[in-house]
Amino acid sequence: MKLSFTLTALAVVLALGTSACSRSGAVSADAAATPVVAGSQHGDFGPPQGEPIHAVLTSPPNVPPPIHRDKPAKVIVELEVVEKEMPISEGVTYTFWTFGGTVPGSFIRVRQGDTVELHLKNNPDSKMPHNIDLHGVTGPGGGAASTFTAPGHASQFTFKALNQGLYVYHCATAPVGMHVANGMYGLILVEPPEGMPKVDHEYYVMQGDFYTTGKYREKGHQPFDMEKAIAEQPTYVLFNGHEGALTGDKALAAKTNETVRLFVGNGGPNLVSSFHVIGEIFDTVRPEGGTVEQHNVQTTLVPAGGAAMVEFHTEVPGSYVLVDHSIFRAFNKGALAILKVDGAENKAIYSGKEVDSVYLGDRSEPNLQAVSTAAKAHAAGTLTKDEQIAAGKQLFTGTCSVCHQANGEGLPGVFPPLAKSDYLAADPKRAVQILLHGLNGKVTVNAKDYNSVMPPMSQLNDDEMANILTYVLNSWGNPGGQITKEEVAAARTAPAPAPAAAEH
Amino acid sequence: MKTLPCLFVAIAVAATAQAADYASLPGGTFASALPADANNADVKLAPFRLRREPVTNAEFLAFVKAHPQWRRDQVARIFAEPRYLQGWAAADRLGDEVKPEQPVTEVSWFAAQAFCASEGARLPSWNEWEFAAAADATRADARSDPAWRAGILNWYAQPSTHAVAEVGGAANFYGVRNLHGLIWEWVDDFNALLVASDSRDQNDPDRLRFCGAGALNLRDRDNYAVLMRIALLSSLKGADTTGNLGFRCARDGAGENR
Repeated sequence: MKLSFTLTALAVVLALGTSACSRSGAVSADAAATPVVAGSQHGDFGPPQGEPIHAVLTSPPNVPPPIHRDKPAKVIVELEVVEKEMPISEGVTYTFWTFGGTVPGSFIRVRQGDTVELHLKNNPDSKMPHNIDLHGVTGPGGGAASTFTAPGHASQFTFKALNQGLYVYHCATAPVGMHVANGMYGLILVEPPEGMPKVDHEYYVMQGDFYTTGKYREKGHQPFDMEKAIAEQPTYVLFNGHEGALTGDKALAAKTNETVRLFVGNGGPNLVSSFHVIGEIFDTVRPEGGTVEQHNVQTTLVPAGGAAMVEFHTEVPGSYVLVDHSIFRAFNKGALAILKVDGAENKAIYSGKEVDSVYLGDRSEPNLQAVSTAAKAHAAGTLTKDEQIAAGKQLFTGTCSVCHQANGEGLPGVFPPLAKSDYLAADPKRAVQILLHGLNGKVTVNAKDYNSVMPPMSQLNDDEMANILTYVLNSWGNPGGQITKEEVAAARTAPAPAPAAAEH
Repeated sequence: MKTLPCLFVAIAVAATAQAADYASLPGGTFASALPADANNADVKLAPFRLRREPVTNAEFLAFVKAHPQWRRDQVARIFAEPRYLQGWAAADRLGDEVKPEQPVTEVSWFAAQAFCASEGARLPSWNEWEFAAAADATRADARSDPAWRAGILNWYAQPSTHAVAEVGGAANFYGVRNLHGLIWEWVDDFNALLVASDSRDQNDPDRLRFCGAGALNLRDRDNYAVLMRIALLSSLKGADTTGNLGFRCARDGAGENR
């Protein structure tokens, strides 16, 4: 904030100098007629009036109600830092550091010109000291120095919200990167004095990248991996801190012919987001959370430590998928969320033929409970074949059915069938190798030739592969049998078999 | 901001007859994470002795009984905040939840100083603590080993919602235990870490607290593991306590290594 203020002031000086030289006169005449009010001081509407107000804070994806107030007030914000273990994906936990117990932290909403008294409490159970740097603050450190707080203590500082806009806040305690990577960020909206145009729904969505020592979806408690963080190679890229935070029964909701406003933040710590909603065009974007409006936007960049406001009108019912369109993050690292729009079809605008499951991957399932059940059972040593089959079915839907189809029939001449497959029955263990290493070249399945490429599915964990294969072996008239996690693990550590003599 | 009254000196000098076990450390030149000056100079350490284990609840209870002015219901508020020893069942009793062999936590810097004085010792300096903690089981300085760092970072990744473990476990190269993975520890000069950390810009002693700037002061930029401890210590005032913060004592000189 200090920097942007300085730059704004500098810009004013430059503008004055230029206009004086060119004698265009407009700017200098204005400046002469009114007292000089530079930069952020435009947002100073005088001292707070009336009784202090306690800010309504909300957990994501909810946003506090609009402010209908015509005077600046003193607003008291109470934020508590909590270090807690929470799920980051199904069967995977992580020790998050949070503002208010959620990732992202509580949403703060104030009015331009308000005097904000911010109380930062650090829970007595915390291990670490924390502080807060709000990008909406004009002053050194954004409040960081004033709020440096040991476990079991509280700090307080006051600032005047001079600039309207949507701002990130985050912990700035050294090492900053680790505090941010553990989830210590959120958004503060400084409304313009006249308020914002009314919409039907406002939601709070914030992206972050996460670095765990285990690979993507590796079960159990996963510690922070500093090497990956420095290399900027995240294990997860997530909306609202948890894979599946905004899918299934937790999807965002709207009806047709409504207006939706998303307050989109990006906590980082490293990645810049290419924020996109599949199937929608943003009618209005306020890029970087500022005041300029852009219209008819497909994808908007959200910088790490930055935000954007996007609005669109819903025309057609269905599931709209929020993604980081740096697209591997969406399908391989978790950056997916759903906006579910209910209402009557409008065939004039959209025929309705599209199936959203292709886009959604396995996240289209309301829950992957069977997967968690199987993982727990395996840990307890009680995993049954039926549990493996149930988990494998859910995983198959996401990973395999796009090509091999949900009924295992494949597509003749393109994707070989898995149902009643003689190729599979001839050597079930071969399927493990195919998942690990892919299959390239000509094969004959059920008397039909196929010559295409299946990429390795090595992003799947050992237990996921074992469950999928056990499901396939016990479905659609296949011979049955069971593949264990240990078998997959052994095959994974073994060297890849020489490629089957490719028949070109 | 953190001027430390020297009143504690007058409070408890009478040594209790405790036979705490100290290891001898050779000192020497040492590449601290916080360099001694702008040219990344090494720090020089005289030989010193360091308690092999952190002070336990049992030891601190004995101290409080011998020096009732450090009971939680009698201590002067200027020396210990209200959370001081709050986990104990009573001012002179640990209770069932608090184990005698757990390291004592929820103690202020003043109380820790007084305890060490009571056994003829003092708190270690940051550099002494850092010197001892640079070791692993077999090497005096294991800091460049990713495994050493990973072990420390793993502790940070555990939420502190369950009870602190008891002291003990594997000793390091010097025969000292629990420097990592159990608790934070007070050091004598905890409040000087920021100011002394960088002489390039004495006008901005708070820089460690801001975005990224802390990294500029450090010789070893990606050594988050050590930086976290410095950050914790620099957030404290002398009367503060936390649930994960204890201490151990040090003595000057080589002494015999028992």
